[in-house]
Order: sequence, then C-alpha cells, then structure tokens
Amino acid sequence: MLTGGRLLDPSRGVDVVTDILLSDGKVIDHGSNIGHPDDALIVDCDGMIVAPGFIDVHCHLREPGRADVETIASGARAAAAGGFTAVCAMPNTDPVIDNPAAVGFVVRQGLLAKAARVYPIGAISVGQRGEALAEFGEMIDSGAIAVSDDGKPVVSAQLMRTALEYARTFGVPVIDHCEEPTLAAGGAMNEGLVSARLGLKGIPDEAEEIMVIRDILLARLTHGHVHLAHMSTKGSVELIRWGKERGINVTAEVCPHHLSLTEDAVEGYNTNAKMNPPLRTAEDVETLREAVRDGTIDLVATDHAPHHYDEKEREFSNAPNGIVGLETALSVVVDSLVVPGYIDFGTLIDRMSCSPARLFGLPGGSLRKGSPADVTIFDPVQRWVVDPRQFMSKGRNTPYAGKTLTGRAICTVVAGEIVYTLDEQRDVK
Amino acid sequence: MTAAAPLGKDLLGLEPLSGEQITLILDTAEPFKEISERAIKKVPTLRGSTVVNLFFENSTRTRVSFEFAEKRLSADTVNVAASASSVSKGETLVDTARNLEAMRIDMVVMRHPSSGAAAFLAERIESNVINAGDGTHEHPTQGLLDLLTLRDHFNKIEGLRVCICGDVLHSRVARSNIWGLRKLGAEVAVCGPRSLLPSAIDEMGVTVFSRIEDAIEWSDALNVLRLQLERMTSGYIPSLREYNRYFGVTRERLERAPRDVLILHPGPMNRGVEIDSDVADGPHSVILPQVTNGVAVRMAVLYLLSGGRPEMAEAAKTGKSGGAA
Repeated sequence: MLTGGRLLDPSRGVDVVTDILLSDGKVIDHGSNIGHPDDALIVDCDGMIVAPGFIDVHCHLREPGRADVETIASGARAAAAGGFTAVCAMPNTDPVIDNPAAVGFVVRQGLLAKAARVYPIGAISVGQRGEALAEFGEMIDSGAIAVSDDGKPVVSAQLMRTALEYARTFGVPVIDHCEEPTLAAGGAMNEGLVSARLGLKGIPDEAEEIMVIRDILLARLTHGHVHLAHMSTKGSVELIRWGKERGINVTAEVCPHHLSLTEDAVEGYNTNAKMNPPLRTAEDVETLREAVRDGTIDLVATDHAPHHYDEKEREFSNAPNGIVGLETALSVVVDSLVVPGYIDFGTLIDRMSCSPARLFGLPGGSLRKGSPADVTIFDPVQRWVVDPRQFMSKGRNTPYAGKTLTGRAICTVVAGEIVYTLDEQRDVK
Repeated sequence: MTAAAPLGKDLLGLEPLSGEQITLILDTAEPFKEISERAIKKVPTLRGSTVVNLFFENSTRTRVSFEFAEKRLSADTVNVAASASSVSKGETLVDTARNLEAMRIDMVVMRHPSSGAAAFLAERIESNVINAGDGTHEHPTQGLLDLLTLRDHFNKIEGLRVCICGDVLHSRVARSNIWGLRKLGAEVAVCGPRSLLPSAIDEMGVTVFSRIEDAIEWSDALNVLRLQLERMTSGYIPSLREYNRYFGVTRERLERAPRDVLILHPGPMNRGVEIDSDVADGPHSVILPQVTNGVAVRMAVLYLLSGGRPEMAEAAKTGKSGGAA
C-alpha cells in the first residue's frame, strides 16, 4: 500500500494525491478511501511522486565477459537505485548475445538478481560482425525484445534493410548505433574548435547524420521499425522530424549526458567526458532538449557503460568510451529539462516509462488497475551530491562526481516487491 | 615557489601562458645563448637536479637539444626511450609516472603520441613536467625557439606577419606557434590544402591562404611544416609531387615576393616536398639558428621551472646565486 503520494501517470492522464494498493504483482486499486489487508506493508509516499516504473531501453551490463566491470546483478541493482524497474541489456558482451542460449542466460541472471527486470536485446548479426543475420525468431522466443549491433553501426545498408524486414516479421524494433565508420575513425571527441585546440581527432556531426538518414530511408522502404540510439546532434533531430512528418516508423532516444553537457567538458582531457557519440555543442544540447519536449525524440535512455577505473585513468585517446548512467539519469533529466522548464514531471515520466514501454512492447508504463506493480517513487526536489563510491554499479566513471543534482529515487517496486529503498543504501566498496 | 615560479609547475603548452610569460622565457634565454658559444659549455646552475627525458616517440633533434640544455646546466639526466607500443602492452602511463616519482626526480621532459599526455602526467606527479610534444596538441619549446629566432631577426614579434605552411591539422608545432605568435601580437596565417587544415581553422584567429603565392606575398616569415609521408598513404593528399607543385616553398616563388621572406622549418626537412633545397640552404633561411636557439630556450625553461629567478639568469651562469633551490 503506497499512501499519500502524488500519483502521476501520463498513460491515463492522472495527477492526483492518492493511495495505491498493490498485490500479487499487480496494481489492485487506487483512491483515497480504499481499504487494505491488515498485514499490508504501508509505504508513506508523502511529498513524493509515484510513477509507473522507469524503463531504460539502452544499457551495457557487461556480463558475460567483463564481470569485473559490471554483472547483470550489479547492473540491475544500480538500475533499481536509479528508479528503473526494467532495463534492456545490449548484446555487445563477450560472447555476443546472438543466439537463444545466450539470451536465456541474460534472462536467467536477470531473474536471479531480484532487482530491476532485465530484458535482453539480441544481436542483429552473428558475432556483431555485420555479415550474417542472427536468429531473431529464436532469440525473441527466448526473451529478446529487440535487436541491435550497438557499439558498432550496421555498416552494410543491405544488411540493415534485411534486418528491418526480418524484424518486422516478428514485430520488434531494430536499434541502430548511427556512426559512419570511415568518417568517425580514430575520433575521440566532437569535431570543432575544442578538438582543434586540444589536438584530438574530431568526429563530425555528419558521421551520425549520414546513418540517421540512411536508416530513416530504409525504414521507409521496409516499413520496419527503426529505433535510433543515443542521438547527439541538431541535424539528427531535424532528420528524425522529417521522417516522422512522412509517417516513417522511426523512433529515437537521447542520453541524459547529451542533454546536459557539451564538448567543453573534455577540456583538461577529462576521460569521463569521453563517450561515443561524443558530447556536442550548446546548440545541439538546446535542440535535443526541445526535441524531448515536442516528442521528436521519443524517450530518454542511459547508454550506461561501466568501465574499470584504471581503464579510464589514461591518455584521452586511449581511454574507452562511455559513462555509467543508471544512478544519475533521473536527476540529470530533472536538472536539464524540468528545472529549466522544458518539460514537466508528467512528460519526464512519459519519456522514461510510458514511451519506452509502448515503443518496445514491454509490460509497464502505466499504473492502471491490473497493470504490473512496477512503481518508481521519487523525491522531485531532493538535492544530493553525486558520490560514485556510493553507486550500486561497479562502475565509477561519471562526469557528475561531486556535482549537486536535483530529484532522487526513494523507493523502487518491481512486481509488487520493494527492490530498492534509499535508506537501505549501503556504504559500499 | 610562488614568486620564484613565474611559469607555474609545468610547461604544457603556450596556449595557457600569457604574453608576459612567453616574453620572460625569451628574455631569460638571451643570457643562456652565450654558454653554448664557450669552449667549456657548462655552468653549475642545475647541479644536483635530476631530469628524466621520457620519450615515447622517436626523436633525435628535440631529445638531443634537451639533453644538451640539461647537461650544460649541470643537471643529472636519464634518457628513457619507451616505444608507445611496448607501453600499451604493459605498463600504463600512470604507473610509469608513479615509478619515476618514487625515484625522487625533479623534472620530466616528455614526448608522447597522445594529445594531453603531458597534462595527464603533470596532474599526477609533483615533479615539473616539460611537454616535448604531445600528440597533435602542442610542442611549446619548438614554438618558443621559433619565436626567439623571429625576434633575433626582426627585433620584435608584434606586428609581424607569419604564415605557417603545410599540415596544420596534425601539427603540434603549428598550434604552439599560433598561440605564441598571437599572444605576442603577430598576425598569423596558415596555408595548405584544406584537407590538412582543422575544419575549425576559421575560428582560430588566423588568416587562411589556399595559394602559397598569396601566402608568400603577405608574409614577413614562413614557418614551413614537415609533410609526413603517411599523409599521402592515408589519403589526405594525392601525392607528394602534387603537394610540391601547389604548396612547395620554392626559390622562384620567393623571388616574386615584394620583400625578403624569412624561412623557418622545425625539421626534419623533406627537401623537394614542402621546401626546396635552395630555399632551405639559401640566404633567408634561419633553420640552423633555430636549432641553436632551441638549446638556449630549453635552458631557460629548465632554469625557470626549477625555481630560477629570471632577473638572476645572467648571474646564475656563474653558479653563485639565483639557481635552483
């Protein structure tokens, strides 16, 4: 029983202070006068927002292969700590998740974690080598909810065409990492004045945009659903808008860091500002914020990418790409979009819960009666200082260390079970 | 070391320095020039100081120049030549740095193929760090010796028109020159094929010439960059022959200029590619004086970073005062 919280559920257009009764993994009832069993656990949500659970459609949990960096269990706990009730794990592990047995492994590890739900994403091509199609059908039957070669672009337009057609047969989206590999080769940051000054090879916007328009045109050709991962440029937003205006089945995501940081964060060769796609300019950030507001960008996803601390502790050009994001995503979105007035909390919940559930066909994204009891309870105004040592993730690589952020998950409920509360957070590692 | 550290702890580039700091280094280099002209080319200024020359890239000229500068100031020097590949297989740069620090050294002179490597090292060790070239970022002592050579010839930097010719995109020498020259009030231009210029060059406060003839007509001095052979094999330009035809600095082109144009080159030269032999060896070339000035400038940097007081540089040569603490 969740009492006294502000229930904010854009899937039903609800914004009201009320009680919610959860039982048997489902939402049973809401209202201010509903009864509850005598043995019900009461969670006081006074002052909190009670939302359908957040779903991250893009994270890297590193298992199998790099359990020293993250495991499915530690990633699922980090997700819960960030208010996510479900995450979708990218298949670029070692070995690659490109067959039903590997998908089954991810599903099993996710269930054992007893934290956020974990949905596997299967590879588009065998070994993510960009050649032969992986077995979409069997992977989907084993629990995969989408396909992607993320980490790498699908270089062959013919393979991408076939993937979109074949995935359409099974009703799942194809997620592409948009990067024209010859233009981006050797690049370490956004191409521009900062890269010229720092002497770092730049990645131009066009490396992303060429693949964005290619994918949109292939979606037009195939009527398949293409989902564009981690959009970073103004031009990409304009191309997606062009595609959507024509009714092409294209959806897109943006990461919290591309909504909050610019290439200036690289100054001083800060490897925690190194990611792919790279941090861009203030104009790109502004355009992406607007695109989340108007829905051109459908949802926010983390691209959570843990690395061992000493892998980042090196020369910039040799450091790996990516940052952890599960435990800061909510707060970064609040600070970048809600506090400056681009969106309200209802839109935030839509972009982090309802929209991912709808576009990826996942349970959740709503707290209507009978829905899964996946609930994110967060404090919309709490200010907190990011201390990576407190993360549930094994990764500590974040550009937000020491920063004060707004809004924080207080309690995360998956299938009616509390999988995280802020008070229980340990002083870990 | 507050009052006695006019440059701070490290020399990582010319971009972070003020015009006053750059002028101070050049002024400090003046008295050190004379030491290299003596029969006994040694003063006791840095006696007892330990300097490690840590070179992760092949270099003859810069390493030898630093080594002479250190030895003529009586520092104890160790040369470590580590190929970047052997390091990437094993020890990380941060471990290398910690090991050096544990040996209680005073200064590190480092060349490294990664931009930002010198800053990375400087943040992690107490010793002074001198950047002897980091990736395509900066090569500050080369920039300083170019400035000193220009000042020797023209008796000023302010108002000079200097054009940097060639592969600006991949050149740390170009970046250090652009910042150094601009901070001292020179007008700076670049000239080269657009494929070898940074795409943001128009935002860097320099004039861009696409024709070498126009650059020569505009300039008081040309700093001609080395064209690496791999720029052709990796597709930035079609051929060295065509490069020479459109961007080579030749005697014929210089003779059409309205004034004598001073010729600098950081070396090593590709004769017949970016520069013709009769220009390199000609009357307006200061390529060898650049090399001589390199030792003096590096002595000045070593002296200033070790805590030497600029006004005591002349006296420091006798070892009686003003040297390293």
